[in-house]
Amino acid sequence: MSLRTDLGKVRGLGSAKEGVAHWWAQRLTAIALVPLMLWLVINIAHLAGADVKAVQAWIANPLTSVLLILMIVAVFHHMQLGLQVVIEDYVHTEWLKVACIIAVKFAAIALAATSLFAILKIAFAG
Amino acid sequence: MAEFALPANSKVSNGKTHKAPDGATNIKRFQVYRYDPDSGDNPSVDTFEVDMDTCGPMVLDALIKIKNEMDSTLTFRRSCREGVCGSCAMNVDGSNTLSCIQAIDEIKGDAKIYPLPHMEVIKDLVPDLKRAYAQYTSIEPWLKTTSPPPSDKERLQSPEERAKLDGLWECVLCFCCSTSCPSYWWNGDRYLGPAALLQAYRWIADTRDEETGERLDNLEDPFRLYRCHTIMNCTKTCPKHLNPAQAISEVKKLMVVRR
Repeated sequence: MSLRTDLGKVRGLGSAKEGVAHWWAQRLTAIALVPLMLWLVINIAHLAGADVKAVQAWIANPLTSVLLILMIVAVFHHMQLGLQVVIEDYVHTEWLKVACIIAVKFAAIALAATSLFAILKIAFAG
Repeated sequence: MAEFALPANSKVSNGKTHKAPDGATNIKRFQVYRYDPDSGDNPSVDTFEVDMDTCGPMVLDALIKIKNEMDSTLTFRRSCREGVCGSCAMNVDGSNTLSCIQAIDEIKGDAKIYPLPHMEVIKDLVPDLKRAYAQYTSIEPWLKTTSPPPSDKERLQSPEERAKLDGLWECVLCFCCSTSCPSYWWNGDRYLGPAALLQAYRWIADTRDEETGERLDNLEDPFRLYRCHTIMNCTKTCPKHLNPAQAISEVKKLMVVRR
């Protein structure tokens, strides 16, 4: 039971003075992903039935490599921003919330690093 | 941790049925949520058969008729009966609205009347709005200035500046919007909700106010403002046809503009 006033509870620890950077980054990555995803889907469709050599050659093309790298960065940045909000919305046990957010952020970085390494390996080592 | 059981007093049973008087031909059935904390019983839904030939056109008319003629223990808030006081906000036929301006003949089948969703219930159709009022207080809804007022007249606005407040000042603080918002349901302790945020924008948009920046500072928070995910239930349900979702997005835009 708490005898604290409702206004005291609402004011709580005060405003965090942040959130706008998170919101803006989520919009920027979303805007970037519209053309990048269209480009990816169209090119993957063109590669339907192609052999490994053809796909590797496509990835090794400098323009493809750069666009894939941009897409991977935008995808995983957007993913971790969005999942953080979902976790904050639905997980109300403080330690579990923090643990979930840490897991999501680490997983996003690990998956992005793995994807980028794969692209660079094909681009430079063939 | 996640809770898998409903809180106490969540299970709603079927309650009493109050028959219409003999000879009534034009009957509308009202299914009304009942909860009396003093009884210790779970909530129930009572059915009232109302003779529409002797009842006014609005849902509030039916509730008043029920209280006067069928069950005087039915508890609800009401005052102006014309949509300007915001007291009789409740969930009618699945949507939050003011029962005094909701026509009965727009409701198909039985009329289901519940209190505003996801608020603690004090009794029957009366929700506990203490926290919502505290959230309204927290946005400091009054003109804040440093410049002294002109000695011989009021603080002036041009007609264009005044027009920015249209669609904001009409809010009657019924909290239909906040209690329709899933984000407010899950995080109402930290998210201010559409009603308080529309009012916050009403003062941010007021050109006479001199603390716009401080007001934005006070809102810049992952929970207070950014729990709004543009779900738009607030705008859909507003009985005054206002647009809290747009007011919130205007605040978000100003946050970016001032970066």
